Amino acid sequence: MAQEVEKIIEKVRFSLFSPEMVRELSAARIVVPDTYDDDGYPIDGGLVDSRLGVVDPGLRCKTCGGRVKECPGHFGHIDLVRPVAHVELSKQMYLVMRATCPHCHRATVNEEGKPAKGTCPHCSGPLNDIKYLKPTTFFRDGNMMLPTEVRDWLAPITNDELKKVGWNPDYARPEWGIISVLLVSPVNVRPSITLESGERSEDDLTHKLVDIIRINQKLEANINAGAPQLIIEDLWELLQYHVTTYLNNETANIPPARHRSGRPLKTLAQRLKGKEGRFRYNLLGKRVNFSARTVISPDPMIRIDEVGVPTKIAEELTIPIPVTEWNVEECKKYVIATAYPKALYIIRPDSRKIKISDELRKDLTEELKIGYTIERQIIDGDICLFNRQPSLHRISMMAHEVRVLPGKTFRLNPTTTTPYNADFDGDEMNLHVLQTQEAQAEARLMMKVEDQIISPRHGHAIIKPQEDHVSATYFFTKPETVFSKEEAAKLLYIAGITELPKPDEGKEYSGRALFSLLIPADLSMKTTSKLGEEIVISKGQIKKGALESRALGSEILERMFVRYGSKATRDFIDSVTKMSLEALSWYGFSVSMKSYTLSPAAVKKVKDIEDKVNREVENLILQYKNGKLERSPGLSLKETLEANIMMATSKARNDAGKVVEQDFGIANTSIIMAKIGARGSLLNAIQMGALVGQQAVRSKRLTRGYYKRTLPFYKKGDLTARERGFVMNSFRTGLLPDEFFHAAMGGRESLVNTAIRTARSGYMQRRLIHALQDLVVEEGGEVRNGRNAIIQFVYGGDGKDPMLAGSTQFAESAKQDDVDTV
Amino acid sequence: MHEKKTEKKPSSQVSPYSAVGIVAAQSLGEPGTQMTMRTFHYAGVAEHVPTGLPRLIELVDSKKEPKKSVVEVYLKKSLASKESEAQDVAFDMESVLLSEVALVQEDLAGKKIVITLKEGEAKLLGVKMDMVKEAVKKTVGAHKVEARGNRMHVTLGVGIAPKAKTKKQKEKEAAEGPAAPTPLKELRKLTMKVGKSLVKGVAGIKRSVVLKGDGEYFIRASGFNIKDIVKIEKVDGSRIYTNSVIEIEKTFGIEAARNALIREISSVMELQNLNVDKRHIMLLADAMTADGKVKSIGRHGLSGEKAGVMGRAAFEETIKHLVNAAITAEDDNLVGVTENIIVGQTIPIGTGRIKLGMKVRK
Repeated sequence: MAQEVEKIIEKVRFSLFSPEMVRELSAARIVVPDTYDDDGYPIDGGLVDSRLGVVDPGLRCKTCGGRVKECPGHFGHIDLVRPVAHVELSKQMYLVMRATCPHCHRATVNEEGKPAKGTCPHCSGPLNDIKYLKPTTFFRDGNMMLPTEVRDWLAPITNDELKKVGWNPDYARPEWGIISVLLVSPVNVRPSITLESGERSEDDLTHKLVDIIRINQKLEANINAGAPQLIIEDLWELLQYHVTTYLNNETANIPPARHRSGRPLKTLAQRLKGKEGRFRYNLLGKRVNFSARTVISPDPMIRIDEVGVPTKIAEELTIPIPVTEWNVEECKKYVIATAYPKALYIIRPDSRKIKISDELRKDLTEELKIGYTIERQIIDGDICLFNRQPSLHRISMMAHEVRVLPGKTFRLNPTTTTPYNADFDGDEMNLHVLQTQEAQAEARLMMKVEDQIISPRHGHAIIKPQEDHVSATYFFTKPETVFSKEEAAKLLYIAGITELPKPDEGKEYSGRALFSLLIPADLSMKTTSKLGEEIVISKGQIKKGALESRALGSEILERMFVRYGSKATRDFIDSVTKMSLEALSWYGFSVSMKSYTLSPAAVKKVKDIEDKVNREVENLILQYKNGKLERSPGLSLKETLEANIMMATSKARNDAGKVVEQDFGIANTSIIMAKIGARGSLLNAIQMGALVGQQAVRSKRLTRGYYKRTLPFYKKGDLTARERGFVMNSFRTGLLPDEFFHAAMGGRESLVNTAIRTARSGYMQRRLIHALQDLVVEEGGEVRNGRNAIIQFVYGGDGKDPMLAGSTQFAESAKQDDVDTV
Repeated sequence: MHEKKTEKKPSSQVSPYSAVGIVAAQSLGEPGTQMTMRTFHYAGVAEHVPTGLPRLIELVDSKKEPKKSVVEVYLKKSLASKESEAQDVAFDMESVLLSEVALVQEDLAGKKIVITLKEGEAKLLGVKMDMVKEAVKKTVGAHKVEARGNRMHVTLGVGIAPKAKTKKQKEKEAAEGPAAPTPLKELRKLTMKVGKSLVKGVAGIKRSVVLKGDGEYFIRASGFNIKDIVKIEKVDGSRIYTNSVIEIEKTFGIEAARNALIREISSVMELQNLNVDKRHIMLLADAMTADGKVKSIGRHGLSGEKAGVMGRAAFEETIKHLVNAAITAEDDNLVGVTENIIVGQTIPIGTGRIKLGMKVRK
């Protein structure tokens, strides 16, 4: 691709327009407070004068002769009969006046460099007391100043004097803040919209400009008619109001100008400001082509770095392929094809894009030669970016390879849900097809899923076997697990191994031996599992222990990533998940009501715990009422009571936990999952099997609702366990109505908190990003900010990448491992 | 099945041009959604001490004072094992205001303030009459103070030199004659001031509790005032801790403030069981303290002082930044990420920094 030399913007300078510059820039003087005539043509001298550009198709611009898309639009101007102050510049003008002399127009700084008081240090004339009243009023010694007076004060100040007060007079002079010629934006900036009924609806800016011209005309007429000064000043003030709201309709102390419907108008400042303003909405965010969005669903059979793309989407999205001497034939095949993998467009070397239609197909195929580009539908193996919002970290957007599949949803491997924070309850995700070769190369080299297995946040694996994979692997690698030859063959085939090894347990295969085939042959390690067992892997063979979440997810995975690279780790995850899921489906891993039913003996124990906590609480309350409760340091008596009760109730739940753990036993699926870190916690099992426990709002027992009680049928001021939200039933036995209500009180708090938290943390992250985004590691290893100031001499003190630093211990301890386990 | 890679082992060094700032911001911001909002309880000292997200926001805002500030004071090594010593120091530290131990009344007719010691309270808090006397004398300055038993009279206007008059007042006086004094107003003002005068303890320290930890006793108190606490003889000045970053900056300087920030942010993350690499936290703390004083994240701190006009305008206070840039004819040299995105150029970070040219065959 021959690329032309790009223009590079080096800097952008900001400045103000002077009245002369406005006149020079203007293509038309606007005098008519109206837009279109009865025939629907722009009125000359009106607000949509055709010298300001065209928005209606078919017309030509009178200034440049361009049509709708060619003409960039031209500015116009309104001559104000009386000048007015610019709202946003008023404060700055005030500051200049305060610092200058009204007589000699010099900065009133005395020899010591301090502001002079009373008299001017240069001409000894008396200085005025200038007051500024927001937004646009000035007082000189208590008398209101007219904008013309302000201008007369500011205009004679020399350039050198202005520099002293911080202005750059080559680009901005204070008297330009008094507007005598108002710049009128091109029509392109404020296009009118035609409603279905054929009615025209003008832009807010146009409405505001109409107001300005009307008042301006009225003011002119009054002046010419010799109206009394009072009336003229009233109209002048009205003109000031309209110009002020034209510039910023959210000025403090000024009622916002409203549309006929009562909606405040969106004027110039509102167009730039805030989340929906020009900066954040249009300049920092762009809508893009070559993208798709649909619901996601899981597919554990595709690789983690693939994304299942529906055929319909694959037919729509294209990728440009430059035709070279090596791929002409292939490209021709795509151009002549009439079914799915076909080219939709060809682009001639002069960048003319031609749609391949049935009539043109033959001719275009013959025409195609080196130097052309074709736009081909995406096929398996193409690279694309996949993203889920909110994109809170960089792994919210990763590069996947396309895998075209039937169906209408994007498919992704369930292990990749963690970085995206996705689930399949209706989530939608976005897909972007990369259009340049540079972008594709960059994505393949740096953004592929397998390169993000380790999180840059903490240097540990984030894409790893989870939930069922962990449960399955645990059973798989238990010493007693054996498979027949047929079973072994099936499992290995699913994992992508086509050679059957020798059986190691008589005629059967141990699960460990099969699983060990997935582990690199020279990997050795030793660790302790979450169950306290020792796990030993020697030369790629599991010798001791069953793998649980930590051994599988961090120990093996992170070692592999560092020593064997991302591709090997990706293959490991793929084969482990596939093989383990298949084995788990044979094993039959599930829960039933029975899993959460305690034995009668255990039920009795739980009942005893309940009785005990009730007794304890009653006892505490009695002590409190008799004044026998000993006050804890720093707490009031009431607080001491509450703290003690909370302690008793949480102890009750812990005691129940012990009963549950013992009674359910190690064979209970819930307990196993909790212990090996597959899913859930012991708390879940307790709440389902034994009792739900104390409900709390703001870390305190429930007190809200009715006067001195939570529900109307309790005794007022009763402090017992049940009345204050201790739920004694389990989820299996079911909650009583009052218990259910209490559980809902606790549940509501957490819902409210989540809602508040997302908003607050979102804003905090925006601020963090904005403050830190320009920090870069330079070639010397130091961190610098946008001003090129050094923030850190060596990044992180050691120059290590957090993503790699966390797991490098495994690289460095490689030899150690080998020695230990041999 | 797997062959060990023969290629060079990936270096664990950061690559040049890495966008470490963005990664740090994401690494600290992303877990924000997972944090709980529960408050923490220092028994007896401070309740509802923010943890998690509110505390993190407080830290990056670097407010003047944390919502609930706490100070931990350790005794000199030789005394640290004795609980009674710690109790003594804790007792000495707790501040007592005059209004807590005495009745402060105005005698409007006599233009006097009458202070009556509340014996019970005073005894409990270890306050004696002469301590009160001293405190009152210190606050009222030149006014006449008389003490009789448990009672004190402060008489207004006896023996005070008139305040030095400002120029304006002088001018006014010259024009209108001396302004009439308003003794009642003064009296009320002084009464309020006397009530708030510190009788005993360290200013700003409210409740304190002696705790045992690591084989020694230490004191945890609400509030902070390191400067004055260190003056207590038994206190080991080298082992004092407070959760107020600003107080640490004031007393120990910017490096200490940096370390305090790192420590505080780390502890927030740890308490929530969130794993964030130290390097990200360090970078944030370094960015906040690089200029020699603690700067907040946000429009009044780092973001408000960024290099590019457009970058600042895109963040917050758009109009203000554009207007100020215009009158000073400020240049935006397009050094930041935001600015380059706005003008549609490659960002100067990561691969965007690499310039590669190729000679095309003719």
